Amino acid sequence: MSANTYDAIVIGSGISGGWAAKELTEKGLKTIMLERGRNIEHIKDYVNANKAPWEFPHRGGRTQKMIDDYPVLKRDYPLNETNLDYWASDKDSPYTEVKRFDWFRGYHVGGRSLMWGRQSYRWGDTDFEANLKDGIAVDWPIRYKDIAPWYSYAEKFAGISGNRDGLAILPDGDFMPPMELNVVEKDVAKRLKEYYKEERAMIIGRTANITVPHNNRTNCQYRNKCWLGCPFGAYFSTQSATLPAAMATGNLTVRPWSIVTKILYDKDTKKAKGVEVLDAETNQTYEYFAKVVFLNASTINSAWILMNSANDVWEGGLGSSSGELGHNLMDHHLNVNAWGHVEGYEDKYYFGRRANGFYIPRFANLGNDKRDFIRGFGYQGGASREGWSRDIAELSIGGAFKDALTEPGSWSVGMGGFGETLPYHDNKVFIDKTKKDKWGLPVIAIDAELKDNEKKMRIAMESEGKAMLEAAGIKNVQTSSKNPYLGRGIHEMGTARMGHDPKTSVLNKWNQVWDAKNVFVTDGSFMTSAACQNPSLTYMAMTARAANYAVDALKKNEI
Amino acid sequence: MNRREALGRVGLILGGTIIGAEFFISGCKPSSKKVNELFDENNVALFDEIGETILPATSTPGAKAAAIGNFMAMMVQDCYKPEDQKVFVKGISDLDEASKKKFSKSFMEADAKQRTELLTELDAEQKNYTKSKKPEDPNHYFRMMKELTLLGYFTSEVGATKALRYIAVPGHYDGNVPYKKGDKAWAT
Repeated sequence: MSANTYDAIVIGSGISGGWAAKELTEKGLKTIMLERGRNIEHIKDYVNANKAPWEFPHRGGRTQKMIDDYPVLKRDYPLNETNLDYWASDKDSPYTEVKRFDWFRGYHVGGRSLMWGRQSYRWGDTDFEANLKDGIAVDWPIRYKDIAPWYSYAEKFAGISGNRDGLAILPDGDFMPPMELNVVEKDVAKRLKEYYKEERAMIIGRTANITVPHNNRTNCQYRNKCWLGCPFGAYFSTQSATLPAAMATGNLTVRPWSIVTKILYDKDTKKAKGVEVLDAETNQTYEYFAKVVFLNASTINSAWILMNSANDVWEGGLGSSSGELGHNLMDHHLNVNAWGHVEGYEDKYYFGRRANGFYIPRFANLGNDKRDFIRGFGYQGGASREGWSRDIAELSIGGAFKDALTEPGSWSVGMGGFGETLPYHDNKVFIDKTKKDKWGLPVIAIDAELKDNEKKMRIAMESEGKAMLEAAGIKNVQTSSKNPYLGRGIHEMGTARMGHDPKTSVLNKWNQVWDAKNVFVTDGSFMTSAACQNPSLTYMAMTARAANYAVDALKKNEI
Repeated sequence: MNRREALGRVGLILGGTIIGAEFFISGCKPSSKKVNELFDENNVALFDEIGETILPATSTPGAKAAAIGNFMAMMVQDCYKPEDQKVFVKGISDLDEASKKKFSKSFMEADAKQRTELLTELDAEQKNYTKSKKPEDPNHYFRMMKELTLLGYFTSEVGATKALRYIAVPGHYDGNVPYKKGDKAWAT
């Protein structure tokens, strides 16, 4: 038994699991990090990272075989030839869609920290106070002042580049030098600022790509191939940042191919004593023991693990006493886009491939802005010159056509909205015992949809996108609103929300499971509301905060 | 690739599945060596000439230099839906028939000027057809040939480095550099 005993167990190795491992090991805890999938070694296993576009036989596209093999992933851009190995097999790990839910997963060391979009924004008090003010769900048990120092801590280690824009809705952070808006974006930003009398802003995206060397990582080289894995370690991932820090302590053991099937709960101590692991390669079952467990398996899988645990005490699983475990599933809703043509700037171009774009922070329902829905949305986008796939007027085929396509076309601007989804009790996940995965484990069922507030918001996302581009002088503005389904934002949140009261929440303000105080859940499942900012930075900060609390509590014998 | 690009990218690849592929090759010359289930070397030679007519050598190499025939054959085999494969395969004989009707000779027998004239007409035909077609109507074979030629050429090493500019590791970003007419576009 002693060989399988550690001070701490971390379940999952993505953004929040990596942070938990780093913090716990740096504070001296012997820690094992359990990852359900294979290992991916930093740089060495980024097999496509240095390939030129023409080295991909289908030039990055998708074959009929890929489409057959990935019935879920094919629903959006993640199904592609260049990083196919980073996406979980839909066939090995099926799930039940009571309603359509596009679930895009990464089952390997590093999880989705390898493929993430890297946009990193703080939340402000508008976000933490929203549920209380609106009378929605339950109040967040924390406010900005509780998380602000941990945002700084996370930003300084992860390396977030950004501009200090001084916006109330989007607090500034401890940033590295920002990337740059291009010449057209700068002018669009200026026109928007004037037109909306500074009530709206367009800023350079704040991104977890480092712009100066940092902790033995090389600054961004502007290749824009982040999601293949970066051989320079220029963007934050488990592999580039938290894992090397944790390994350097000598306190970390990483065990790939380890599917955690349950948290072992001790009725006498009312605490977890460890976890049960199914080895994904051998199908053998093992037990690991520890004083503290961090659950970071990603929102939906963390709910699955809790629901599958301590069923002899609570039928609905560990953390289910409030009746909220698995409920309140959220995402950001998107695929509402606006784009148009930019006149002029024919004598301007850019150099380098910036893995970033502009960001328009939320303005809806702030100040004098009142809507027929609550909360708001932001936009991400960029301006660029058109390439060879454009039409050339008057030219059809032949030498002149070809030569025209070797030059850049006119400028265009495009952007897409990211909208807040409210926490609805009946947007939920549950275990479907009628269906099994490759390992014989019952699968998760997802029953969630956009409701009236989101649908109204999407109408405004489309019309405001058009209005802003037109206000900035963009011509021939077009819009689209498609795919009103959850999951596609790849920002699953909320299945084990935190709150003030054990009767209405799964976790307390320290991310502790009310029903088992040495179990901390710090992935997206703790989120009490979704705001509209990309959430990963908040997971990083809250994980570091929870780990700090957990180690203190261990020392004081409180857990 | 990031989310913004994925949102805005013009999709040129008609994805799909392959079934009953053998059925479609009944019209091919049996003497030529197959390159995959759908096509043989004669087809590849034809695709090379079609591609070269669409994107000929100018001051920069043409589509044949990017082995466009092999690329087309592979993409239709691997990536096209059965219904698109069928249209594409039938397009080979449609194109030859159009050539015979116009010049009393096959496309391969036609000279460069005739080929350009024919494909210019076919491009106008596909543009008109595509403009008015309903979503459930089949795609036009010449649109597929043209799309594959553009995709295959401009993402090839020849296309990306000779017709366009490609820098593997830019190292920095400048969002405001001068551009003068004639400067090549970035490949990516």
